[in-house]
Amino acid sequence: MSHQKRFLVISRHPPYGSCHARDALDTALTSAVFEQPVTMLFMGDGVLQLIQAQQPAGIQQKNLAATLSALPLYDIEQLYVCASAMQQRGLKAEDCVLPVQLLDSNAIAELIRQHDVVLSF
Amino acid sequence: MIFSLLVYAAPHSHQAAESAYRFAVATLAQGHSIHRVFFYGDGVHSASALAAPPQDELDLPARWQALAQAHELDLVVCIAAAVRRGVLDANEARRYEKPGHNLREGFELSGLGQLAEAAIQSDRLITFGA
Repeated sequence: MSHQKRFLVISRHPPYGSCHARDALDTALTSAVFEQPVTMLFMGDGVLQLIQAQQPAGIQQKNLAATLSALPLYDIEQLYVCASAMQQRGLKAEDCVLPVQLLDSNAIAELIRQHDVVLSF
Repeated sequence: MIFSLLVYAAPHSHQAAESAYRFAVATLAQGHSIHRVFFYGDGVHSASALAAPPQDELDLPARWQALAQAHELDLVVCIAAAVRRGVLDANEARRYEKPGHNLREGFELSGLGQLAEAAIQSDRLITFGA
């Protein structure tokens, strides 16, 4: 594979209600292993994945934060969140397990435009 | 143009699984090529050899198999998503000591890297049902 493409993985689902969040993260990590620059954008209920100190063991689920914290190790450091999704859910950037940047809808449109491959989960 | 398809929806549960097939047929009819069809999440059930839908409903696994034979399509099923959901080839059935295997002929189990590779090699990657 000679050429690089800019990957954007959009994660729109909450952490434990379905397999979407896990599959989005696995796709992001795998794309990074293929030495592609990967950006992640959390929208809608997807922002709930980022809340600190989750305790999913009570429903026999693995803590997604363990996988999330691996993102920087794979050079996935461009992490964006939808500002209005955060505001609607009473969340701030400080509540997140990783450093994130807030984007309004115009900036999200521009972010999508800047990427070659958009994978939305 | 070179297309790849990501099929995330389960057959018979979501129209998206059928839309993916119809999109593939239309893409080929227009003279484009399909680098790969990647089945992920509940989409892996489209690769089952045991699905037995009523005769007046679309048999998606059979349709994919026939389309793949006619156009030499690369139908790849995410191995991690598939074995979780009980879609196994003979190797995986042996590995996990299961009593049978059900991956349909024409499909292949492989890693998520095949999705990344498809996105890199294709002009367009179209997702169905995520």
